[in-house]
Amino acid sequence: MKHYGDVHALDGLDLVAPAGKVTAVLGPNGAGKTTLVRAVATLLRPDSGELRVSGLDAIAQPDRVRRVIGLAGQNAAVEPALTGRENLVMVARLFGHNPTDAKTAAAVVLAEIALTDDADRPVKEYSGGMRRRLDLGASLVGSPRVLLLDEPTTGLDPRTRIELWESIRTLVANGTDVLLTTQYLEEADQLADHVVIIDHGKSIATGTPTELKARAGLDMVEIRVTHGSDLGSVAAMLAPLGTEPPRLDETGRRVSVPVSAGTDRLADAVRLLSESGIALDDIGLRRPTLDEVFLALTGVSA
Amino acid sequence: MTLNLTPPAHPPTAIATASTYAGRTIKQFMRTPQLLVVQALTSTMFLLIFRYVFGGAIQTGDVEYVDFLIPALAAVSGLFASGAVGVAEDSESGLFDRLRSLPVPRWALLFGRSIADTALICWGTFVTLVVGFIVGFRISGGVAGALVALGLCVLFAVAFSWLQIYLGLVSGSARAAQGISFAVFPLIFVSSAYVPVSTMPGWLQPIAENQPVTAMVGAVRALTLGGDTEALLGHSAGWFLVRSVLWSVIILVVFISLSARRFARL
Repeated sequence: MKHYGDVHALDGLDLVAPAGKVTAVLGPNGAGKTTLVRAVATLLRPDSGELRVSGLDAIAQPDRVRRVIGLAGQNAAVEPALTGRENLVMVARLFGHNPTDAKTAAAVVLAEIALTDDADRPVKEYSGGMRRRLDLGASLVGSPRVLLLDEPTTGLDPRTRIELWESIRTLVANGTDVLLTTQYLEEADQLADHVVIIDHGKSIATGTPTELKARAGLDMVEIRVTHGSDLGSVAAMLAPLGTEPPRLDETGRRVSVPVSAGTDRLADAVRLLSESGIALDDIGLRRPTLDEVFLALTGVSA
Repeated sequence: MTLNLTPPAHPPTAIATASTYAGRTIKQFMRTPQLLVVQALTSTMFLLIFRYVFGGAIQTGDVEYVDFLIPALAAVSGLFASGAVGVAEDSESGLFDRLRSLPVPRWALLFGRSIADTALICWGTFVTLVVGFIVGFRISGGVAGALVALGLCVLFAVAFSWLQIYLGLVSGSARAAQGISFAVFPLIFVSSAYVPVSTMPGWLQPIAENQPVTAMVGAVRALTLGGDTEALLGHSAGWFLVRSVLWSVIILVVFISLSARRFARL
């Protein structure tokens, strides 16, 4: 638990990140994600509670924890006046590598994050995405057992974000423990094996992305009719298939029917509608996004 | 991990930590010419303004004003330095978070910072001396005295680098650090650096007379002027020397411990 004045930033947060997996901590701004990462990274000390990193007691032995973690924070903490290689060599030296090993480690990591060609250019000439990749690389030169990524793609454009996801996936392919925080539901969905949703410093749900989606319930059969006047009759026809009353969207000429056993109900809907002869623009099965999961769990949109 | 890397067997030593961070910071200085130029310009601008604008109106007895001024500027370069801003930038950029997450002795990072900042301050002192010689400054105190004076300038630079580190750590942002840096200006001006203390109002004289800058400036001045400094400056060279070294030790002890404590919990 970390107290900031009267605020308990992580009030009774209880979470276990399974070894060898990518755990995403998901939550809105102010949920306590960064506080959590800073505690795990030994940058701040919990006022109470227990914190183990790779089996080591982070409160009693922060020095030992620092030898097994790699941190990439919210900012790309790389020095613009230095080259990419110099940045990595510096961090490798501070991890304890001798000068020769530090150079080797930097070269290996540069190749892995696809920056070998730009390694000897000053970082100030790098794009935002390249800086983030370098920052990610800096967290790896010490061969950490636990990688901590605090909102690794915040502020990146969508294309660069997808590139960085690729890098993260490659780097974690072989079972490094990763603790990732994000406010992007899609990011958790893309990268994580295990998702912990936190809000106001408390864990409110955990599971695989698939499990969490299942908890928000429900698949939706979604139909867009050609003529708005058909909305009512479609809704009436499909109501028996749903577990809840159909939702109508007049302006979008859309009917959404919450269903369980989605694919079977979709087939039923297609059959009923084709028998009725009502003109449709579109019909399909939509699975809930993590955004909807979040909404369902907290009552506020993330 | 897909990376074919062996983790290092031991965490870095304090010396490796300090020299790595110092090396990185000195490289940063060398590759940021604006920084070196600004440091040189600040030193030169004050020098020229006081030498040619105010200097004529300031009575320094039997001592030429240029010989009164240049040793003072050389001694206090560290108070005009931008060390606090650099520290605040490293804090703001997230670099300190990364460094503090590494298995380094944290205090050793600050020593590395101090080494680099001292080098930058010495660059300012060097520019001051070169420009000083061009505008007429001469050493009349002999080689030994000049060397001791130079050594003192470096000692003061180290002490002020720690003051700057602490200001940078508490300021929170580079912009705030810039502002806080001005807070040391009274220390420079309410001293014997630019004008003899005897020309100040009576109530201000005890403050000016007993603060560190006056002791430091007096020591360097006495050593470069040579001769009967008692007659010229009111006290012997030894009096200034002892006081300036004591003040430096006090500044070092206070700001090293404050900074180390601040950095450990930052």
